[in-house]
Amino acid sequence: MAEQLFYFIIFPGLLFAAVVGALLSWYDRKITAWVQFRKGPPLFQPFYDFFKLLLVKETILPKYGSKGVFLAAPIFAVFGATISGVFILLPILGIETGFKGDIIVIFYLLTIPSLTYIIGALSSGNPLAALGGSREMKLILSYELTFILVLAGIIQKAGMSISLNEIISLQVLNGAFAGSISGVILFHVFIFCIQAKLALVPFDSPEAETEISEGIMIEYSGTPYAMIKLTKYIMFFILPAFLIGLLWGGLNFEGINILWSVLKILFVVLLLTLIRNTNPRVKIKQAVRYFVVWMNLLAIIAIVLSYFGL
Amino acid sequence: MGFKEFCFKKSLWLFHFGGASCNNCDIEILDCLTPRYDVERFGMLLVGSIRHADVLLVNGSINQRDKSRLLELYEQAPKPIVVVAIGACGCTGGIFAEGNTFAGPVDKIIPVDAYIPGCPPKPEAILAGIVKLLNK
Repeated sequence: MAEQLFYFIIFPGLLFAAVVGALLSWYDRKITAWVQFRKGPPLFQPFYDFFKLLLVKETILPKYGSKGVFLAAPIFAVFGATISGVFILLPILGIETGFKGDIIVIFYLLTIPSLTYIIGALSSGNPLAALGGSREMKLILSYELTFILVLAGIIQKAGMSISLNEIISLQVLNGAFAGSISGVILFHVFIFCIQAKLALVPFDSPEAETEISEGIMIEYSGTPYAMIKLTKYIMFFILPAFLIGLLWGGLNFEGINILWSVLKILFVVLLLTLIRNTNPRVKIKQAVRYFVVWMNLLAIIAIVLSYFGL
Repeated sequence: MGFKEFCFKKSLWLFHFGGASCNNCDIEILDCLTPRYDVERFGMLLVGSIRHADVLLVNGSINQRDKSRLLELYEQAPKPIVVVAIGACGCTGGIFAEGNTFAGPVDKIIPVDAYIPGCPPKPEAILAGIVKLLNK
């Protein structure tokens, strides 16, 4: 029992994932600044933001809204992100083997943060938040099918194994999946799914800052907004880690391998950041079309290729 | 300086309210966010919603119609909030001070923490005002 609590609250769970995610979020902002020839924020900026929102700012409740649901939604978001983070990080860091079929569980748990954002936005009673919520819903409907097709491709490449630990150990023996043609295509599609899951720029129409004033987050202030920031930090670490575990041979923290593991994560986050900095925001119609037509097509091609062993 | 105050000063998020402005101050405020001046090195970000703001930047002359909106924004902002009046019109009323529709400079409507005069103030002056605010 004590061991489980330690897993959930301290080491691969809440505290560790949040600290690493916050540092990655600083890395993202620094790269963004460098792309725009700026200097960028100091190293501990995400921590200052989080503690300012948590400790200093006042929490304002909407007058015409459901206050209980509005306050509960961010807590459920942190809960969902933490629990999926534990299930992802335990096999990837090699602490425990996980259980059979944990990929399916992780797939469902990863949708909890987005769903709670929608619930919180719709319960706030703000028309712009409702608009953002409906856009987020359309985005989920479009990328979830692509995401499950990518997972299907990976499961097929791993010889119908649905355990994250078995997939990683298979890659350690036979080389990473990203080394084959179908693996490269799956990697590409997975990167765009992460981009939509994190609501980064080509697909950030739910929280478009300049268009609908941060949409789903518009009514949040103070501690609930700090919880949402925490969820975003955790998701910013666990989704790249999930990608690396499924397609790039997992992480290894023994000796010199630690450098290689850190570089893998930094490379994936660099890709996400560069995509976000070099693209305009697409309309929700274009985003749906992009996933439903093109990304699904690519994922199906990759599945067919992997069937022939390419 | 306590931990709370330190975190607050290290991460000021800005919300920009332009009254009946001639747009010069708006452009100079946006200049501060561009590569040459880059206020993100002090942890400042421009946010889209008043609920996330720590600093309310007000520029332009405030006329009868803007007055109620400015009051509404100030009441909707989560406290503590810092109000900065930018430009001659925001500080005193400037050339509009005797106009028919003029509803008083910003500090007659809401409490103001810092004044940055100028028509328009240069980005360097805005940065100097921000640094003074941080050291207050």
